[in-house]
Amino acid sequence: MRTTEGRWLRLTVLGIVSAGLVLPILAGLWETARAAFGFLPAIGADALSLDPWRRLWALPGVTTSLWLTLWTGFASTLLALAIATGFCAAVHGRMSAGRSARLLTPFLATPHAALAIGITFLIAPSGWIARMLSPWATGWDLPPDLATVRDPYGIALILGLLIKEVPFFLLVMLSALSQVPVRAHLAAGRALGYGRGVVWIKVIAPQVYPLIRLPIFVVLSFALSMVDMAIILGPSNPPTLAVAITRWFFAADTMLILPASAAALTQTALVAGGILLWVGAERAAILAGRFWIRRGGRGLSSGPGLAVAVAGAGFLMALGTAALLALLIWSVTWRWPFPDTLPESWSLGAWARPAMGWGMALKQTLIIGIATTVLSLTLAIAWLEGEDRAGMSRARWAEGLIYLPLLVPQVAFLYGLSVTFLRAGVTGGMMAVIWGQALFVFPYVMIALSDPWRAVDRRMVRAAAALGAGPWRRLFAVKLPVLLAPVLTATAIGFAVSVAQYLPTLFLGAGRIATLTTEAVTLSSGSDRRVTGVYAVLQATLPFAAYGAALMLPAALLRHRRGLAGAVA
Amino acid sequence: MRLPLIALLAAGLAAPALADNWDDTLAAARGQTVFWNAWGGDERTNDFIAWASGELEAQYGVTIQQVKLSDTAEAVTRVIAEKAAGQTGGGSVDLIWINGANFLSMKEQGLLHGPFLADLPNSKYLDLSDDSAAIVDFTIPTEGYESPWRLAKFVLTHDSARVPEPPRSMAAFLDWAKANPGRFTHPAVSNFMGATFLKQALIELTPDVSVLQSEATDAVFSAATEPLWAWYDALRPNLWRGGTAFPENESVLQQMLNDGEVDFAMAFDPAAAAAAVERGLLPDTVRSYAPEGGSIGNISFVAIPFNAAHKEGAMVVANFLLDPATQAHAQDITVLGSYSVLDPAKLDDAAKAAFAALPTSPALPSNEALGPTLNEPHPSWMTRIAGEWAKRYTK
Repeated sequence: MRTTEGRWLRLTVLGIVSAGLVLPILAGLWETARAAFGFLPAIGADALSLDPWRRLWALPGVTTSLWLTLWTGFASTLLALAIATGFCAAVHGRMSAGRSARLLTPFLATPHAALAIGITFLIAPSGWIARMLSPWATGWDLPPDLATVRDPYGIALILGLLIKEVPFFLLVMLSALSQVPVRAHLAAGRALGYGRGVVWIKVIAPQVYPLIRLPIFVVLSFALSMVDMAIILGPSNPPTLAVAITRWFFAADTMLILPASAAALTQTALVAGGILLWVGAERAAILAGRFWIRRGGRGLSSGPGLAVAVAGAGFLMALGTAALLALLIWSVTWRWPFPDTLPESWSLGAWARPAMGWGMALKQTLIIGIATTVLSLTLAIAWLEGEDRAGMSRARWAEGLIYLPLLVPQVAFLYGLSVTFLRAGVTGGMMAVIWGQALFVFPYVMIALSDPWRAVDRRMVRAAAALGAGPWRRLFAVKLPVLLAPVLTATAIGFAVSVAQYLPTLFLGAGRIATLTTEAVTLSSGSDRRVTGVYAVLQATLPFAAYGAALMLPAALLRHRRGLAGAVA
Repeated sequence: MRLPLIALLAAGLAAPALADNWDDTLAAARGQTVFWNAWGGDERTNDFIAWASGELEAQYGVTIQQVKLSDTAEAVTRVIAEKAAGQTGGGSVDLIWINGANFLSMKEQGLLHGPFLADLPNSKYLDLSDDSAAIVDFTIPTEGYESPWRLAKFVLTHDSARVPEPPRSMAAFLDWAKANPGRFTHPAVSNFMGATFLKQALIELTPDVSVLQSEATDAVFSAATEPLWAWYDALRPNLWRGGTAFPENESVLQQMLNDGEVDFAMAFDPAAAAAAVERGLLPDTVRSYAPEGGSIGNISFVAIPFNAAHKEGAMVVANFLLDPATQAHAQDITVLGSYSVLDPAKLDDAAKAAFAALPTSPALPSNEALGPTLNEPHPSWMTRIAGEWAKRYTK
């Protein structure tokens, strides 16, 4: 009886996920593939041909775009992983997990676009850093002709990605470390004469790595195909492949949609190839690692490496903080000429007129964010509860299903998806955007909620069952209250992911749905930093407030249930 | 003898018919929300459109919802996607701010509604004679598929405190850039402003300007552009960042002028600098001017897609934009500062007075400083120049 019910719930959830999540992605890929091989009747293309591919490879700069993409994607992922590992090794045990999480929150919460806009102003030759140092230290009365942002090598882009990825890896690692007896390993290792860093690399990292492997793939895929940050920080002539594809899709010459589709497939191949390459490197690292471990070096000199990692992480966080502060200052500026350290004159003008755009964008962002998060959270809880009731753990393919939207590059299927949606009559704009964003919000909510859900003490649930509580009462009266903190955290993460979505909103909203993110990216190509500042500040504040609420609410709600609050924290 | 009579009859018949139609249009438009797809990178324009929405709501019960584009082609792509999905009515785009290549592309693929310009009562204030700029978009006859709304003219902007005597021709610019390396650049050529800068240079440098008025062919193109590339090859190493990177558009370039990263900005709107000074976005010492041989000018248009859901509302908006009071408001540098598209000879005294009463600014160039207006080359030149530039300078 119970198993049947569990099976039904599981099947329903699986059906919804397949129809709502997987099918749209496949349909989108299908439309993109058709256009890549010459089928797009709307612009008069109706014959199978390889012409789009020929046109793609003849486009100027396409090879450079490809190399840039690989370079920035791999460099940022590898560096972020190294810095996060080093930082974790140096700091773990000296700082509580709760405190580290609070420290990381602002960087996880800030959408890529907002951060990128802040960084641009910070490190540009005419930026805040140069203004603070000029002219007294540098002698610059005018900004120097240096390529510190949008540089042809993508250094600024890598820096921007690091500020987002290092905290993400840290959080994932902290969560994974809770499943590894770190203290015991460390004590044993030190007793055998190994340095702290070496114990981490030789003993702890191999245990942690399998737990953070999928998140690494997500980061790699994201770094290889992200658009909004690359538009703002990345090289422009030529840009990274994903940016180039977005430009071609929206180019004046509409025939470019065909090579753009071919490029979108190339992007998918690039990500798949990137992951394969990574897996290959894993194998090599395993072989090399075994040899290295057996050699048994004590490696007492790992100290400097750790110090570099800590300094790197600190530097990134300082940069991120300054970037957000710069945005805030710009939003209340009237004139701020070079080389003044602070604005010459201040004004609340940009904030004073919500009717001129930001009020509307704020409202849309909130509506979409709340709808998407509630939808994804309901689905995630139903999925996890289904697993519980059926008494089955998750199959690998189901895990793959969850990660699919995060691994397939967005540009590869979003154009095709918007055509599919139009054909299906889903042109409501708002509905389509909520759906499109849920494709990316659901996986993150699911990832955030899965581990805490499995960690719930089964004895409590069984005790409730023994006292005669039915499955729904066990869910609402026992599990969800116990899981209050993780559920709220997952909600905050889902909301933050929704606020940051750029491409789904752009493609599926038919441009009609203006959110803080789409407006901020559009305005970043305008001349008024003060207005851009307002959007970016709001964009960063919303998820921050959500995280704040997720941290504060459990304490307030569970004021009189200290045992539960203790169990949660 | 019979011709004038017929014309008279036709005019007599047409006038009341037009009035009826327009009343019908107004009635149908009431309550509609017009999705106007317009470039959203300029806050002044966005504010102006929001103002227009309020006025239209009060006068005709029509509101505008601006769809802010970062590139006009986004809207074109959207209409194509809708056509691909078989959506021939109820489309998501009602009105597009459009020009040149995008207009040609939509017109050729039958994606436009019209002709509708003659149905707009305020089109009587336009100069619609054969060689008027109001009926040609980058040499493409608009044939009533587009309605003008603002005037554009290429100008250069400089900070007179840093560069008191700016170069006034493309040849002089080369000398100036050599003497001041890294202090001049232009927007990326994939952007229309960057391409316009190259077209302006092409008009000054090409041996025979007349070929630019017809479609560019392989043979004509290479001969006509050879001096341009020679000039550009000499200029490029002296550009900002050695000519390896370019600002995205004119707004970013203007911000760079404000930050002191470069000494020149450029605009397709002679009042852009004056308006930016007004809004604290440029120093007071900024001035605008046109090259001494004259500069490229054109008119910005609005068009209605074939499947627009609110065609009547879109027409009411287009008509409102041609109202002399609207045009005078738009020309105010504290508002938009874009020059009027109307024919001054067709305005009545009250309308003329409204224009005369507008505020002035030292950053606003006089008509003499603007010099003669040069015709836009055929759009094929822009496409080819952008393509050739990308081929030569994108590695």
